[in-house]
Amino acid sequence: MTTDSEAKPIVELIDVHQSFGHVEVLKGISFGVKKGGVVCIIGPSGAGKSSLLRCINGLVPIQKGSIRVASFEVHALKTDAEKIALRKEVSMVFQQYNLFPHKTALENVMMAPLHVLKEDPKEVRERAVALLTKVGLYDKQNTYPGELSGGQQQRVAIARSLAMRPEVMLFDEVTAALDPETVKEVLNTIQELAREGMTCILVTHEMRFAREIADEVHFTDGGKIVESGPPAELFDHPRMERTRAFLSQVL
Amino acid sequence: MTRERIAHTGGAATRVLPVLLPGAAHLTRTALRERAHGFATWRLRGSHGVVLMLAFLLGCGMAQAQAGPGYPSILATIWKWTPLLARGFVFNLAISFLAMAIGTFAGFFLGSAQISLLRPVRGTAWFTMNFFRNAPWLVLLFYCMFLIPFQVTVFGVTIPIPDWTKAVFGLALPVMANVAEIVRGAIQSIPTTQWEAAASLAFNRRQTLWMIIIPQCIKRMLPPWMNLYAILTMSTVLASIVGVNEMMTQTQRALSAESRPGLLLAFYSYVLLWFFAYCYPIARWTVRLEARYAVRH
Repeated sequence: MTTDSEAKPIVELIDVHQSFGHVEVLKGISFGVKKGGVVCIIGPSGAGKSSLLRCINGLVPIQKGSIRVASFEVHALKTDAEKIALRKEVSMVFQQYNLFPHKTALENVMMAPLHVLKEDPKEVRERAVALLTKVGLYDKQNTYPGELSGGQQQRVAIARSLAMRPEVMLFDEVTAALDPETVKEVLNTIQELAREGMTCILVTHEMRFAREIADEVHFTDGGKIVESGPPAELFDHPRMERTRAFLSQVL
Repeated sequence: MTRERIAHTGGAATRVLPVLLPGAAHLTRTALRERAHGFATWRLRGSHGVVLMLAFLLGCGMAQAQAGPGYPSILATIWKWTPLLARGFVFNLAISFLAMAIGTFAGFFLGSAQISLLRPVRGTAWFTMNFFRNAPWLVLLFYCMFLIPFQVTVFGVTIPIPDWTKAVFGLALPVMANVAEIVRGAIQSIPTTQWEAAASLAFNRRQTLWMIIIPQCIKRMLPPWMNLYAILTMSTVLASIVGVNEMMTQTQRALSAESRPGLLLAFYSYVLLWFFAYCYPIARWTVRLEARYAVRH
């Protein structure tokens, strides 16, 4: 948990329970992220890491506990309109990129600001081009996702999320589907974002990256947070047996 | 991670098994097409045209042989009636265009209603779709013929409803149901991750459907839709049973006017040739579109 008492966390989860049918996926998760903070969530497959992210932007409802993002009480959002207001502040990048295949890279980035935020087309275009330049894809503006490599698609997806100018970015195993060579280009992009002060919550299997980038790492297993701490502490001196077992397998 | 990695390489592996490629591609296309249509489809081939042509020539020959001297040549007789038959064919085309237009429009709504979040809407749409998709076309046609009045009076103005207009509505109903099924199938073939991505970008459901999902569906819907059109065109002759002056009715009139034995085979083959000439290019075009979209999506 963050010990920074002067800053109220921008994302705060308290005792979150979530289940699919009879299967309980999350069994009481609590943590906070302060503004500009970078939190990494690690753990074995099936620990509920992806569900956790989907709860934060209201894609899946929770059964118990509370989630607050900035001024939004996520667990209490009922209507689509309320959820849409939240999602303007919280963007998500997916493992499988999920770009819109019938739109070019530039159109993918421009679509949401144009049609959801109803912003000025000229201004949106300038911002979209700037974002694509930032992720190193200036020359791919008019290329369709199907013609881009996985790493390039994922960078377009990051630009697309950033175009909404969110307060918080969620990354769901964004490098898990990539070839090893292209992992780096995506991680560099995320690292740059983190340096610029974007609040990031990452589910990741890249331990070295987590150690470099995170302010705090949470190790989850079986729907619970087993151990939390700054990366140096958690990776080098894990207190829990379960954490040690997991780290010895992946490191 | 390992799970996704394996799935990933698994996909790559199936793609490069060279031995299976020729047969697999064909089978996949057939399976995809039949899944998109919801039923096994037939296809017009060039050979069907050859068979029709042979039947036509055989019919002409038989008629000529039976007629004996004194009668005009069979081809001259057919030529003489061709303008009348062509006028009937125009009705067939008009009915097919209008029924397709109305059916497609209504089918889009019925198809989208089937994925509504409201259970009653979904249920009603599902029932309507299944009812009209499984009812015999001829029964629906009769139903409309006798249910729709021959004229309506609105604010003192009497608007006649000709038989062929009723036939349009009668045929639009099964078209609507089939289009609804095509639309529903196409929408559900789009991965749910697209909905998820759209939701996380704060698109609402209506925007997601019309801006993100449906545009991706068009390509998949086009071939089965064109196939449905070909089926509809051939079904327009059903309207002859309820007395519309389309090509089949005109053919029967021509035959009774000629009152000459042995003309049946030649005349009906001739009508079939007209329909073949119209539908075959559509079938070819559909095949080409399918092949194109099978490669890239």
